[in-house]
Amino acid sequence: METSFALTGKGYVIVAADTTAIRSIVKMQIDQDKIKELSPHLLMAYSGEPGDTVQFAEYVERNIRLYQIRNLYPLRPAAAASWIRRSIAETLRTRNAYSVNLLLGGYDTSSHTPNLYWIDYMGTVVEVPFAAHGYGSYFALSLLDRYHDPEASLEEGLATLKRCIDEVSKRLVVDPGKYKVKVVDKDGIREVEI
Amino acid sequence: MNSILQRYSGSNAGGLSKSTIDEDNDFSDAMWGSEAGFGTLAKGVPGFVVPSVPDPAAFLRLHTDDHADPSCRIKIQHGTTTLAFRFQGGVIVAVDSRATAGSYVASGTVKKVIEINPYLLGTMAGGAADCQYWETYLGMHCRLHELRNRERISVSAASKYLSNLVYSYKGMGLSMGTMICGWDKTGPAVFYVDSDGTRLKGDLFSVGSGSTFAYGVLDQGYRWDLTDEEAQELGRRSIYAAGHRDAFSGNTCNLYHVKEDGWKFIGNYDITKLHYEGPGDVAGSPGHGYGYDMRVEGRSSANPPEAPAQA
Repeated sequence: METSFALTGKGYVIVAADTTAIRSIVKMQIDQDKIKELSPHLLMAYSGEPGDTVQFAEYVERNIRLYQIRNLYPLRPAAAASWIRRSIAETLRTRNAYSVNLLLGGYDTSSHTPNLYWIDYMGTVVEVPFAAHGYGSYFALSLLDRYHDPEASLEEGLATLKRCIDEVSKRLVVDPGKYKVKVVDKDGIREVEI
Repeated sequence: MNSILQRYSGSNAGGLSKSTIDEDNDFSDAMWGSEAGFGTLAKGVPGFVVPSVPDPAAFLRLHTDDHADPSCRIKIQHGTTTLAFRFQGGVIVAVDSRATAGSYVASGTVKKVIEINPYLLGTMAGGAADCQYWETYLGMHCRLHELRNRERISVSAASKYLSNLVYSYKGMGLSMGTMICGWDKTGPAVFYVDSDGTRLKGDLFSVGSGSTFAYGVLDQGYRWDLTDEEAQELGRRSIYAAGHRDAFSGNTCNLYHVKEDGWKFIGNYDITKLHYEGPGDVAGSPGHGYGYDMRVEGRSSANPPEAPAQA
């Protein structure tokens, strides 16, 4: 029932992920943060196989940080997406592949564009204006086809996100519960309440 | 071979010897051709010929389960999007027209709205044959109800008849998910009936593999006080959404509107055309294609800083 959404707007990317940790039929935690802040302008929502997710996210986080320390500038979102894709692809055909699905949202301070990458556990990367992972995607994608606006203000973008969250709570058998929502724009990353 | 030929050539039916059709000898010969093939009515209770094997359901499963055995002999047609909703101006019924058998698109021109009578519509999801047969059969009983009671059957009673009927075959492999829609004394009505025996009264339903995608658009645009034009547009737009996102739905959209004086066919719309050009010159049309790329053409998320003023 894990669900994550992301959408771009005029100069920003919103990334949202549910906050429940489920094991079997039990909710183990209801305030988990599944969105990592990889660099001052880069966010990554992760979901998938328990264990793999956090391990992989921390591995990515530290390597992105290492790059910044060595080079004195961070990776741009497109480069980070390629590096992350490669990390997934290199372990894919081994016995310890990472089964992790990602949404990578970043603001490219050089080209002044928000970028969003949809990445799955097989190493597929695609740059998209909006994205979703999990069962929520079955309800949200058609909705976003209809309502997403690449020039939407942050308020309008959050209203569209709210539509997605409400629709999933309305129709999905198990309501994913609360969401954590983070925004990245030219000023950096911040968390917003919805 | 001759006997088979004879048996199916209606004009000769009277001359058949009893022994060649021993499984049919519950009926007089006169019944053939006079009951539109629904000879089972004669028994009083609905009945149906099942394969003469110990466990008909297991037999059917063996030959139709394409999940367990992709090379099974009979592939039942699945995969659909259908929707119906009630609003101030009546009932909107919209469906796609794709029939798939496994990964093969068997047809793109299926009529998934079954016109039971001028006031009742049924939708088709699941087994195409099951829906077509049993909803036509339901139509016959609705007519009999009219003749017996001198008034039209209510949508509630019609849907209950169907639900009781499919329930009597539970576990025998029937596969249908249908909405019975119409207008009766109580006003517009929509009932969901499926082959598990579930029967639900409601304002808004969508059934089939593409239903989640249709719900995404439908729920967000739905209000009781939609105008006729808005409601028709919402039905069309929701089927388009499912046709676009679900591989097992698509081709065209058929749209019906039920009002106090019965149902009216609004139109047939090519989903690819809806994507690129929109529905054309019809009520409620947005004037452009439904597709995301058509809708946001020329818009960009980039926000470069304002160029510094020239000195």
